Amino acid sequence: MTPVVQAHNLGLTFPTADGDVVALSDVNLTIEKGDFVSFIGPSGCGKTTFLRTIADLEQPTSGTLEINGQMPENARKDRAYGYVFQAPALYPWRTIEKNVALPLEIMGYSAAQQAERIKRTLDLVNLSGFENKYPWQLSGGMQQRASIARALAFDADLLLMDEPFGALDEIVRDHLNSELLKLWERTKKTICFVTHSIPEAVYLSTKIVVMSPRPGRVTDVIESNLPRERPLDIRETPEFLQIAARVRDGLRAGHSYEEMV
Amino acid sequence: MSFARELTSLQLYLGLVGGGLAALGFLASVPTLGSAPLITVFFALGAVSLARLVMPWSLWLDGLLAVFGAVALIAALPAEGVLPVHHWLALFAAWAFSWLFVERLTTAIRQGRLPHTGTGQVIPLIFGLSLLVIWEVVTRGANVSPVLLPPPSAIAARFAQSTGILWADFVQTFVKSVIPGYLIGCGAGLLVAIAVDRSPFLKAGVMPIGNFMSALPIIGIAPIMVMWFGFDWQSKAAVVVAMTFFPMLVNTVAGLNAASAIERDLMRTYAASYWQTLMMLRLPAAGPFIFNALKINSTLALIGAIVAEFFGTPVVGMGFRISTGVGRLAIDLVWAEIAVAAIAGSAFYGVIALLERGVTFWHPSVRGGRA
Repeated sequence: MTPVVQAHNLGLTFPTADGDVVALSDVNLTIEKGDFVSFIGPSGCGKTTFLRTIADLEQPTSGTLEINGQMPENARKDRAYGYVFQAPALYPWRTIEKNVALPLEIMGYSAAQQAERIKRTLDLVNLSGFENKYPWQLSGGMQQRASIARALAFDADLLLMDEPFGALDEIVRDHLNSELLKLWERTKKTICFVTHSIPEAVYLSTKIVVMSPRPGRVTDVIESNLPRERPLDIRETPEFLQIAARVRDGLRAGHSYEEMV
Repeated sequence: MSFARELTSLQLYLGLVGGGLAALGFLASVPTLGSAPLITVFFALGAVSLARLVMPWSLWLDGLLAVFGAVALIAALPAEGVLPVHHWLALFAAWAFSWLFVERLTTAIRQGRLPHTGTGQVIPLIFGLSLLVIWEVVTRGANVSPVLLPPPSAIAARFAQSTGILWADFVQTFVKSVIPGYLIGCGAGLLVAIAVDRSPFLKAGVMPIGNFMSALPIIGIAPIMVMWFGFDWQSKAAVVVAMTFFPMLVNTVAGLNAASAIERDLMRTYAASYWQTLMMLRLPAAGPFIFNALKINSTLALIGAIVAEFFGTPVVGMGFRISTGVGRLAIDLVWAEIAVAAIAGSAFYGVIALLERGVTFWHPSVRGGRA
């Protein structure tokens, strides 16, 4: 079976006025179907860049990257993934329902299919009853849930999430994290999740990719042995703390805790 | 004095000036008692309003005083000659009361003691009426030559007599020149903006020419358009097209870049086509910019059409009427024409602004929320 994401010696260099910036260097990674993979590291470690490269929003300058065995560009054109950005990026002139319908309209789903999928995905993120609200009438957490519904609407098997809960307070974030786990359990999707929170990464993931800056690279890949069923208080168990400690060690090994010079 | 303390110092001052002037006027009208009874009554009531220092005095009483003063003044205007000196005190007193009324009304709305809807619209109305009353009293009371400035009543009378001419002028200038020119100019600006946005070559080529066109003085292009397109409305519409094209072009080009990077990336992740991205994201996001241009153009178009008529026109049209009216000293007709232009222009702008509220309801500037 082909892995969902396979990166081999992947590198990406941005040319800038002050010389080249190496955003990704020699990244080797395989993501299997059904994995929940978190990318963690300080800013500048290339975790968002890697996610954007998977999504064909950035082009690698060296190495190979395959999504479902395809070039990233073809995977994007096949609508192989749903992307959730740092900001909800809901269009303010569309209602929640119409925002979720946006990808469906673009991809040419029939009205009946649209209605069915809107209902199903809004149910999935607990936003039923808010179909006809505008995004600016909802709280930040609800907006981000709507943007997840939008990414789920067209049923891509891969969900790419770039710090989706970064702008939310911790209480809302905890809640959405446990919702996300349930959603992953139910939909059996493969999820790539960028975060800079160690507890969030450990709580959510089956696999944690620790990254370091200058140049952006993978320093450790940690397989989590936590059960798939995870109540919020699993975060106080020794197993959980052990994995968190290993993530922290990985970050330290990559000099992630040193001040920028 | 506790009642006076509820007023701001400006309100108190206005109240004292109004009441004081009225008291003074009352004393001055004692020798000629009975010659202008309404004015005398207004003076008396105005003087009574000084009681605001020791008792509550509703803002509506100030409003009534202002209205009563205005009515008394207009009733007392002489058919011939000038207004008696002490009657001018009534004008100033009434003015002070109407100012005070509006001040107190604004304060009451701001403090939430009165609803904004309804009362909010009263304020500009009072402001406009005060201006008209002062205009009327000064022109007639001081016997100003109607060639210099006719009183509003004369303009209104002329307006009522000449509705046929005014309507024909309105149709010629507004319906035949402004509307087609506006639609063509704005439409072309929008389409060219989309083309310019698509093609770097056009951006380099068209934008400087557009800039150049916008810098052409209308006084210069109007006679040329008349030579090209003849005396009738076509040449005026052409001037309007030239005037409205560039604001729409520049605003739309800016607006097409208003969508954020994330919003565009989102479209890319859906593998949306250029046209899908344009119709579903970039044009809606450009809406506030496009409406900005539509509003600017609504006033520009009317100015352009009227001025263009100064350079050759059939014997009908608002600009034609204004230029010939001045020559024949038919100043009241010129003013009536100006009134038509003002009403048409405001209504045009108002319609666009209403449309804007409907279409860009989501924009923070319209819904009054945060971004």
